Amino acid sequence: MAQETVFEPWNDHNESPLIQFKNVTKRFGDFIAIDDLTQDIYAKEFFALLGPSGCGKTTMMRMLGGFETPTSGTIKIAGQDMNNVPPNKRAVNMMFQSYALFPHLSIYENIAFGLRRADMAKGAIDARVTEMLKLTRLEKFAQRKPHQISGGQRQRVALARSLAKAPKLLLLDEPLGALDKKLRQDTQFELMDIQEKTGTTFVIVTHDQEEAMTVASRVAVMDEGRIIQVATPDAIYEAPNSTYVADFIGDVNLIKGQGELRTSNAPVQEVEPEQTTEIIIDDTPRPQPNKFGEWIHDKRLSPIIGERIEPIKQLPPPSAQELSTAPASASTPEGGIALNWSTEHPAIIVSNGDEAQDGKTLTFAIRPEKLNISRTKPDAPNALQGTVIDIAYLGNVSTYHVELTGGQMVKAQMANSRRLARRDITWEDNVWVSFTDTAGVLLER
Amino acid sequence: MKRFSWFNATALTLGFTFLYLPMVILVIYSFNESKLVTVWAGFSIKWYGELLQNEAFLNAAWVTIKVAIFSSTLATVLGTMAAYVLVRANRFKGRTLFSGMIYAPLVMPEVITGLSMLLLFIGIGLDRGVLTIVLAHTTFAMCYVSVVVSSRLVSFDRSLEEAALDLGCSPWQAFRLVTLPIIAPAVISGWLLAFTLSLDDLVIASFTAGPSATTLPIKIFSAVRLGVSPEINALSTIMIAIVTVGVISASLISKQASLKQQRDEQAAARG
Repeated sequence: MAQETVFEPWNDHNESPLIQFKNVTKRFGDFIAIDDLTQDIYAKEFFALLGPSGCGKTTMMRMLGGFETPTSGTIKIAGQDMNNVPPNKRAVNMMFQSYALFPHLSIYENIAFGLRRADMAKGAIDARVTEMLKLTRLEKFAQRKPHQISGGQRQRVALARSLAKAPKLLLLDEPLGALDKKLRQDTQFELMDIQEKTGTTFVIVTHDQEEAMTVASRVAVMDEGRIIQVATPDAIYEAPNSTYVADFIGDVNLIKGQGELRTSNAPVQEVEPEQTTEIIIDDTPRPQPNKFGEWIHDKRLSPIIGERIEPIKQLPPPSAQELSTAPASASTPEGGIALNWSTEHPAIIVSNGDEAQDGKTLTFAIRPEKLNISRTKPDAPNALQGTVIDIAYLGNVSTYHVELTGGQMVKAQMANSRRLARRDITWEDNVWVSFTDTAGVLLER
Repeated sequence: MKRFSWFNATALTLGFTFLYLPMVILVIYSFNESKLVTVWAGFSIKWYGELLQNEAFLNAAWVTIKVAIFSSTLATVLGTMAAYVLVRANRFKGRTLFSGMIYAPLVMPEVITGLSMLLLFIGIGLDRGVLTIVLAHTTFAMCYVSVVVSSRLVSFDRSLEEAALDLGCSPWQAFRLVTLPIIAPAVISGWLLAFTLSLDDLVIASFTAGPSATTLPIKIFSAVRLGVSPEINALSTIMIAIVTVGVISASLISKQASLKQQRDEQAAARG
């Protein structure tokens, strides 16, 4: 993985943002749609605004498009204050949720519409429209009217039309909402592909977390007019900053308890976790002696040149995958936080917990797929006993609803990697739910 | 469902007889040979020929058509504008009052509309003639136009206009290039409705018409006071024909537009 190809302009201090929201507030009467919001979005990003309906995501996008003006605060695009710039004077195009294709114009004319308003030469318009038709694979439908094509094709026309003017910024308002699941997934990859090809900055509004995770370089989770967290999809999923985000994105088990600094009464182990990865194996082929050579050496040459040195027989270092799936040894690294949450269970060991969380009321969030479930007590830093209440078989995975002793419900998800696997665990079974000391996160709010 | 029953047939016959018998009689007698209106003396179209010789009637017909064309065009422009603002504009104070007020003239007694128009024209010293009739007809016809157009605009997807703005249109261009072509069927049927209303009107026209300009309904009305002639019957038949054609084509235009859309959508669904 080459470091320089990672696209992270938000971590680069030399990069100046394309879009800047500065203390933007938008009120509709008494209703506060956007509440003192400050956010930067960088060029070439695929930025997703995610949240339940009414969280202000669409308002934020409509302000970028120029269809709403902020009640207070400023929005800058490429350094220019946009507050008094009408939609038709912005280098921003929008793809509408309803697609908003002009029903009285052909597909060709729909795509050419924006170009014709821009005083372009006829030949140039034709070339650009043809290019767009090709990009979205709509060449065959150029002369049809919007109601003579299918939903997926309409969606592509809307995309082609909004991209035709080569905007600096493309806004997508729930662009795939009207498509069925299969088509939506295909189109998501198509969108990413087109975004990469054209190098346009995309801001997408969606309430579908899977869609946001798939397409976006960064996801902003919104609630009640505020952005709760902005991060890459994996960070949002693996390191949510609040129970709201953890709960909104995917499935999560939440366990409330009291944080306590872990004392080092556990036997201190000499752990050298970095060692294994530092062994450099020289695996260039080298001539090895055959049977006869070994005999010559051992019988005749060893008195002169010394004993033969056997090449070191060693396993290759564990791959990244092996490291992540290797069962955690009993030697849990010290430090972190222990969460006292129940009198009937040992404290949950969270070695990645922040020491500052000592003594606070915390919520432990862990994803179902990070829980392991077994009939015998496993060798893991955290193992909790419970009873299987329900099993949901979903094909690729099975979700086990386990009631821990004391009443706390948790969900554990196991991949069905073998056909009819894990039939050994069934309803009413007493099981152990285990997880590593770094599988979950501790949240303060 | 039972399609035919004696009750249904009787009800239908009675209703339509009540509605159309007078007109049917008028149309039949317009082809009467005899000069006496109530005595049938055989089929003839001579009264239509006679009508073409009657200078006064022809002048009145010309005035009526001029008035109808100008007033319906003006009413369509004003009515569409009013409908657009009332449907489109953001909430402003008194919006409900305004939209209620635009429908008020529909139920206002024509005598009152005519009288108030007359007073206004006298007040500002405007000579009564073609212009005053045009203005008066525009006033009441634009309400009808705005009702027709606003009912179309309510179901109009606003994001189409936003898309046009987004693609670089000025608000006026967005209206001209996107909104107007899409609502055109409603605008055209509004125009036809205004046209036929203006053609029919007697009360308001008689208040606002002057000696220099008389419309056909006024002419017929005053002629009938001297006695009904077969010529009047012929003239009325022509007017019935024009109005019928106008109303039917207005409804056909809107029906055809929706039918066409349905057909296209079905074609699209089939692939």
